Amino acid sequence: MIVRIPGLLRSYTGGAASVEVAAASTLAEALAGLDTRFPGLRFRIVDEQDAVRPHIKLFVDGELARHLAAPIAGCRELMIVGALSGG
Amino acid sequence: MALRKKVAVVAAPRRTTLLIATRKGLWTLAADTARRAWKLTGPQFLGHIVHHAMADPRDGRTVLAAARTGHLGPTVFRSTDRGRSWKEATQPPAFKSGSGRTVDHTFWLTPGHATEPGVWYAGTSPQGLFRSTDGGATWVGVDGFNEHEHRKAWCGGDQDGTPDGAKLHSIAVDPRDPRHLYIGMSSGGVFESVDGGGDWKPLNRGVRADFIPRPDPEFGHDPHCMRVHPKDPDRLYQQNHCGIYRLDRPADRWMDIGATMPKSTGAIGFPLVLHPRDPETLWVFPMDGTDVWPRIAPGGRPAAYRSVNGGKTWQRQAMGMPKAQAWWTVKRQAMTVDQAQTVGVYFGTTSGEIWGSRDEGRTWKCLARHLPHIYAVEYA
Repeated sequence: MIVRIPGLLRSYTGGAASVEVAAASTLAEALAGLDTRFPGLRFRIVDEQDAVRPHIKLFVDGELARHLAAPIAGCRELMIVGALSGG
Repeated sequence: MALRKKVAVVAAPRRTTLLIATRKGLWTLAADTARRAWKLTGPQFLGHIVHHAMADPRDGRTVLAAARTGHLGPTVFRSTDRGRSWKEATQPPAFKSGSGRTVDHTFWLTPGHATEPGVWYAGTSPQGLFRSTDGGATWVGVDGFNEHEHRKAWCGGDQDGTPDGAKLHSIAVDPRDPRHLYIGMSSGGVFESVDGGGDWKPLNRGVRADFIPRPDPEFGHDPHCMRVHPKDPDRLYQQNHCGIYRLDRPADRWMDIGATMPKSTGAIGFPLVLHPRDPETLWVFPMDGTDVWPRIAPGGRPAAYRSVNGGKTWQRQAMGMPKAQAWWTVKRQAMTVDQAQTVGVYFGTTSGEIWGSRDEGRTWKCLARHLPHIYAVEYA
């Protein structure tokens, strides 16, 4: 599947705005694949209790996914978004 | 991690260099040999909230920086070439999965004992203690503290922390014994371990906590900054939410040395720094803790205060600083000293200025301005 990378995480992907990861059955699996390719990226967007960090949103085929257990089999796109965060 | 910009953020050794951690990135300020001309370099990690940056005095080349952004989780960046290039920790400080706790940010970094190269300690918000044995590449929780049966009581709940989150800070390693450790917590108080972090005991007798109804509580205090003197490790000082204190071990009752500060200034502040060789000499930077706690220079007239007799008396040191209408604060990590024969004293302000004195605080000069809100200034 295609993962859309926001500007704030492109230091991990060598500047790439989108990357391809292996098809996954859950969001957790997709993020694990992403972290294998780009070590450290996952912890910046998911905390140690497997919760998506407060100012990060994950959209799977346009739908907001709130939990890593979300099933995503057959989905084509994961979009990582830096949500509103000020100051 | 690709943050490998070829930016020399630390100059050659021997000259005074300051690491300046700010709300928007990391800068360095390097002096010539006379400490008259200063060169600002940076930013590194632009846009990152850098809570602390610290150089390793043991190898002279490792520098760690604790960072996060508004969106992204907390991490630690590390350099092994005095800041020319950086890599991210492969395992930043994080609580155990299933513990229900998450590190909001790493707040404090302390190099380990001289006989333990590669060992570092980190304090986090909320209060957690972490240890690295590989120069900051991987971090593991110190279970003796993080899993201690009394940790929850010591650390309190969400309402007991400071406005930017409860913090574990002021990690100090006894230069005579790598297993003898001190920590400070806001809130929680000062704690001591004599077994390398396996167990901890409160060390707060004699310290006021006027926000707790019980007199002389065992813990729950708010030390803002605690220091152990490198040449006399039995001499401890702390700038507390409720005054300034000194402790001469093996005693366990702190002495109030803030009572001799001028009443119009008070004894509240964030930072406290020690002369690198003379255990009797220290500096504080008072702030206004009256009324609703404005936390700015009292009366808009900033000044450092120095004691040369272990806190018996204090001298105001403000020559060169603004005489009025200067409404900034110096945070707990934002004051430091160098190692020169006549010690240089430096501080960074919440308004983004660096001030320095090359004559032990007698006269001051603004060395840099227009930086972001400064969180930490450390000698490198």
